[in-house]
Formats: sequence, structure tokens, C-alpha cells
Amino acid sequence: MRNLIAVPVILLAVILQSSIVSRVTLLSGFADLPLVMLAAWALQEDVDTAWHWALATGALVGFVSGVSWIVPTLSYLVTVALAQALQRRVWQAPLLAMFSVTFLGTIIGSLLSFAALQISGVSLSISDTFGLLTLPILLLNMLLAIPVFAVMRDLARWAYPTPEVE
Amino acid sequence: MALALGGYFSGDSNVFTASLVTVQTWFSSRFVALQDFLTAPRDIATLRQRNAELEAEVADLQAQVIQLQQAAGDTQIVAALLDFERANPQNQYKLAAVIGRDPSPFLQYVIINRGSNDGVLRGMPVVTNQGLVGRVDAVIADAARVQLITDPASNVNVRLQNAEENAALTGSVTGGLTLDLIPQNVDVEEGDVVLTSGLGGGYPPDLIIGQVVKVGGRDLDLFKQATVQPVVDFNRLPIVLVIVNFKPVEIAPLLPSP
Repeated sequence: MRNLIAVPVILLAVILQSSIVSRVTLLSGFADLPLVMLAAWALQEDVDTAWHWALATGALVGFVSGVSWIVPTLSYLVTVALAQALQRRVWQAPLLAMFSVTFLGTIIGSLLSFAALQISGVSLSISDTFGLLTLPILLLNMLLAIPVFAVMRDLARWAYPTPEVE
Repeated sequence: MALALGGYFSGDSNVFTASLVTVQTWFSSRFVALQDFLTAPRDIATLRQRNAELEAEVADLQAQVIQLQQAAGDTQIVAALLDFERANPQNQYKLAAVIGRDPSPFLQYVIINRGSNDGVLRGMPVVTNQGLVGRVDAVIADAARVQLITDPASNVNVRLQNAEENAALTGSVTGGLTLDLIPQNVDVEEGDVVLTSGLGGGYPPDLIIGQVVKVGGRDLDLFKQATVQPVVDFNRLPIVLVIVNFKPVEIAPLLPSP
């Protein structure tokens, strides 16, 4: 039953991304709310559904976006993998882990998008892409990281309550 | 009593009544002060409640003002689009609201609230009263995704109005428009108007795209390049028109295979 929480949360994240977040631009970039949300979710203790969330979010973003569904799906899966790897190493500093996963996930997501566009025959300037897209996305994702982490932590505590020890 | 009221004891009664009035005034003022003191908290509570009601009413009215301003803005846009529709009776249009943008910042797409149920099909051009916006890239029942001309994968065959020369217009990840494949012998100047040429069958001819703002490229290059300023503000695109009677020509089968 608690797995069903994924449906409204992912739908809401993608709707917010498409309708609001994508209109709040810095230079030519804007934040990637689904990526930040997945990073925060995967970093929560006891959460074992992050991989499913990544697949579902990637498929939904791929459906809405003009980019191939492989790009967001792969990007989100890599982000979850990074989060799960870091969670076991820097678990005492969750915010540090959150920033690290957001940073690396954003870079990898941008690289994948860049590669996908190059493969499809679109010529892109690396300097423009990095300066006007990747860096603003990185900054905005970092700004989103703390509030999104707090929301996902509360959601995880609600969905996966810790049994009280007597 | 009658004599006193008739003023016959005025001299004697003045002293008496004056002191009586003074005493009554003293009691009255003290009573009013006490009454104010006792009833003031109740009045403050009433006033606070009334204040809260009025504040809620003001908030409602402010929300209504914002809604009406938005409606007025939308009405102006729709009126402009209707004028455009009347001025171009050769096309049939379907009004659509832009309800979202592509989740990826690497692409320039918008999502509109009209789909196959409204007769919108893939490849149909999308315009505003100002000029060309893009074309429908994907359609579902009640929505469609529109590829803007500023998308890096977009390619539009255009012509320069003054030079009567064809060229190709491409987008970029930053939302800029670049005019390419302009022959070196063609004189391109800043301010030249760029229109769709209709070549390739992807767009109807003579739709306004923008103006040349900068001419670039070296003399040794095969073609000139130019930067184009679009007439449409793609950051503020609330309502668009889909040209539903235009059927794009699929030229892919005609292209020689490598």
C-alpha cells in the first residue's frame, strides 16, 4: 500500500516540472525537480523502492518530453545508484550526501542529454551548453536540494514509520 | 415644584441644581468610564472578528481583481488572434492554451491543451498573431507537444523578404535562431524580414519569423550566417493557434537513400 504513494508524488513532480519549474529559468537552464526528488528519496533510510521510482519517473518524463525516454530513465537510474552508494558511506551527513548526489546526477544527466542530441544529429556548442545550461541547472538543483530533501524525509518517515523500541 | 419649574425660585435653586448637575455629571462620567472599561474587551473581540471578516473580503476582492486582470489580458490576446484569423481566412485555426514546457532544458517544446479530439495532427504548424511558433510534434487525445522553431533540432526553410533568397533557419539550446545556407553573393542586412518559404512542405509560405539582427560568417566560407530575432516572445506564450487545414508534405520517401 505504501508503494502507491509513488503514483501521486511522481505525477505531481512531473506536472510541477512541466508547468512551473520549467518556466523559472536562469540563463537558459532550469531546475530538474524529478531528479532532485529521486536523489532525496533514494537517500532516505528504509526506502527500498527508489529504483522503481526512477523507472516510473523516467518513463513519465520521457512521455512528456521530446527527448528519448532512455535519457531521463538512464539519468535517474544513475542518480539513484549514486545515492544508494553514497548513503552507505556518508550516512552521518545526509545533506552532504544530498548535495553530492544532486551535483553528480545533474552533471551526468546533462552529459547524457548532450550525447543524445549529438547522436541525433543536432550540433551543440560545448561552451554554450555548459555555461548557459549545465551551470544554471546545477545551481538551481542545489537550491532545490534542501527543501526537497526535507519534504522527502517527512514523506519517508510517514511511509516507512520506524517501530518504537521499548 | 411648579414654582421652582416656573423659575420663581431661580436664585435659590441655581445653587442646588448646579451642585446636583455637578454630582450627576461626576457619576455619569464615572459610569461611562466604568462601562467602557467593562465592555471594551468585548468590543475589541468584535472589532477583531470584523477586521478578520473585512480582511478576508479584501483578499477575496484582490483575488477577483487578479483573475479579472488575467481574463482581460487573455481577452486581449484572443482578440488579437481573432483579428489575425480574420485577416488570414485561407487557413482554419484551432485556439490552444500553452499548459507546460518540456521538462528538459535542452529542448524547446511546449505542451498545448488541444489534441486529436480537436482535430490536431502531427506536423500542423502553430502560430500566433505575431508569427510562426513551431509545429506539432506529438499528439494524444487532449494535448499535443509543439516543437518550437527555437529548438536545436528544428529546421525551417525560409526566405529573406528583401533579397528573395532562400535559406535555412535552425534553433539552438539557448533559444537563439540562426540563419544558415545564405549564398555569399546575397546582400543581407540587419532588419531584413525572414519569412517561411514553404519549400519542403513543412510549413505554409509567408509566415513571419523575425528580423535579421546580425550578419556573420567570413568571406572564405561557402555560405553566410545571420542571427535572427524572432517576433514571437517564446518565454511568454499563453495562447497559440494551430493551423488545422494544413497538411505537411512527407518528403522523406523522396529523399535519396545513402
